[in-house]
Amino acid sequence: MSVIVTPTTTGAAGAGDPTSTSPAPGAAPGAPAVRSRFTRGPGRWVVLVLVTVTALAVVAPFLLMLLNAFKSPSDYSTNGPLSLPTELYTQGLTTYWNQVNYPQKLLNSIVISGTVAVAATVISLLNAFALGIGRVKGRVWIIGLFLLANMLPQEALVYPLYFFAKQVGLYNTQLSVIIIFTVIQSAFGTYLLSSVLSTFPRSVLEAARLDGASRWQVLWRVIFPITRPTLSVLLIFFFIWTWNEFFIPLVMLISNSTQTVPVALATLQGDRLMDAPTTNAGALISLIPCVIFFLIFQRTLTRGVMAGAEK
Amino acid sequence: MSTTTQTRRPHRTGTPRQSGQPRQPRPARRERSYWTYFLPGAVLFTAVIAIPLVYNIYLSLTRWSGIGTPKFVGLHQYTRLFSDELFWTSFRNSLAMIVAMVVVPTIIGLVLAAVLFDYLGRRFRGSVVSVLRATFYLPQILPVVVAGIVWGWILRPDGAVNAILDAVGLGSLAQDWLGDPSFALPTVMLVMVWVQIGYPVVIFMAALGRVDPELYEAAELDGAGWWARLRAITIPQIRPETYVVALTCTIAALKVFGPIFALTRGGPENTTNVPSYFAYTTFFKKLDVGYGAAIATVLTLIIVLVAAGFMVFQARAERKDA
Repeated sequence: MSVIVTPTTTGAAGAGDPTSTSPAPGAAPGAPAVRSRFTRGPGRWVVLVLVTVTALAVVAPFLLMLLNAFKSPSDYSTNGPLSLPTELYTQGLTTYWNQVNYPQKLLNSIVISGTVAVAATVISLLNAFALGIGRVKGRVWIIGLFLLANMLPQEALVYPLYFFAKQVGLYNTQLSVIIIFTVIQSAFGTYLLSSVLSTFPRSVLEAARLDGASRWQVLWRVIFPITRPTLSVLLIFFFIWTWNEFFIPLVMLISNSTQTVPVALATLQGDRLMDAPTTNAGALISLIPCVIFFLIFQRTLTRGVMAGAEK
Repeated sequence: MSTTTQTRRPHRTGTPRQSGQPRQPRPARRERSYWTYFLPGAVLFTAVIAIPLVYNIYLSLTRWSGIGTPKFVGLHQYTRLFSDELFWTSFRNSLAMIVAMVVVPTIIGLVLAAVLFDYLGRRFRGSVVSVLRATFYLPQILPVVVAGIVWGWILRPDGAVNAILDAVGLGSLAQDWLGDPSFALPTVMLVMVWVQIGYPVVIFMAALGRVDPELYEAAELDGAGWWARLRAITIPQIRPETYVVALTCTIAALKVFGPIFALTRGGPENTTNVPSYFAYTTFFKKLDVGYGAAIATVLTLIIVLVAAGFMVFQARAERKDA
């Protein structure tokens, strides 16, 4: 999961490349025969339909969810899960919205994920500056430790964290989850950024030093602006990963006022209090913010990649 | 990840030059050492990862309910673990999760990525391919628990799957998909394939982007069909990414928790229990902290061994290539 960042970054550019450079149909009469053959033949439509059907199968659960989120319970019990709703029933949405106090859950998720994303990016940059640029002693071992931390199952940390949090009064506070995920996410960020920064051109650093720049100035005026595209990608991924985290928030956040969006839905579903339309309405409401991120983050990723390619 | 392997080389050659660097003129004012920049990260890492990890290992050698003082019992929890039927069941289910989250998605993802990139990408506009790729990736960026809850409803006895079977006249095949001990695990596996499929597609498509297109054109001029190109060019060229996908997905499969929690809570009759859920219930429902810590420690060990094994295997394969 965590290694997504690098490949996806190149993915946005990589996948765009060949399609944009391949000639438009009929646009290049002098192009070799092989090229023009690519765009012909009815077989391509068969393949397109097959892949599209597979893609529809992937989104089918969401379509079913959408269909049933606007159904009344009686409509559901008489007509089943496949029929179109007889009326646009929004009671399920409002029931769930009020039952879990959704705006508060949304705020909790935003506060936790936003703080973690910023803090973990800052810590990653500071760590990577010391390890990748400063090349402090033992950095290979330290980076190895961070890599190891990435792989650890959270179960191996959860009970001590839960116990310590109780001791210091952080149990059931958002701060506990923020601290934990700042460290977990920055373990990945440190690993990634350290390898990025270790290839940072030394000549640029030396030039800055000769101009009398202090280490802090090198970090803030030279390294930060140049790595900004990578940092913004990290920021977005940290936000989404933290938003989607479930296990530690489930353990740490037990009261209504602290829980996050996914935990609220799961605990309510666990109580088996929800009928099918409310379950679907709750899932729909819980997914909307993520779909919005998805749309925004796709564009930002491409921008980050483009910025990286320009330099 | 692919960049890391590439970037390591200049890093090595840069080191000797760096050792001569302190002789260069330095700014006169005293500077904070690089260690200062590492300090906040090191303190946080120690408090949140190092100490809890060590403490958890210590707890695995004790009997404790979470209240009072842990009582040291040596390796008792581990001997108890190895004779526990549930422990073996949960790790057997981990193997099932590896099939569902690594083997199947990697194979399907490879074919899908090759079709999207090498076939559709050349015959349709780029936006068609982008939309399809984004669709496959969608389950990956949504909270897996929420997706699990939707699936849980779809698979209920009165859910959509049985309704669809009814509608097409196959009503006799209807099942309590997640409630029947003989169907629950395969059903969970199918859901996990759905969750996981977008990840290899995206990574493999990115990997194909760096393969020289002339390789494909040359192969095509030589009369190689799509299948031959897949075998002779695509698969060998994207081997590094295949390792990354296999490793990260295997670790994810060993850790899987959220979907199990949302779909089955390990049931029915523990047929879908996995180590992480087993540890969770032992910690927080049975309050058998020492035992839970032992499960978590064994899981950690297995993950570290699997990762180390992968890395050795990859290094050896790379050396053979070179």
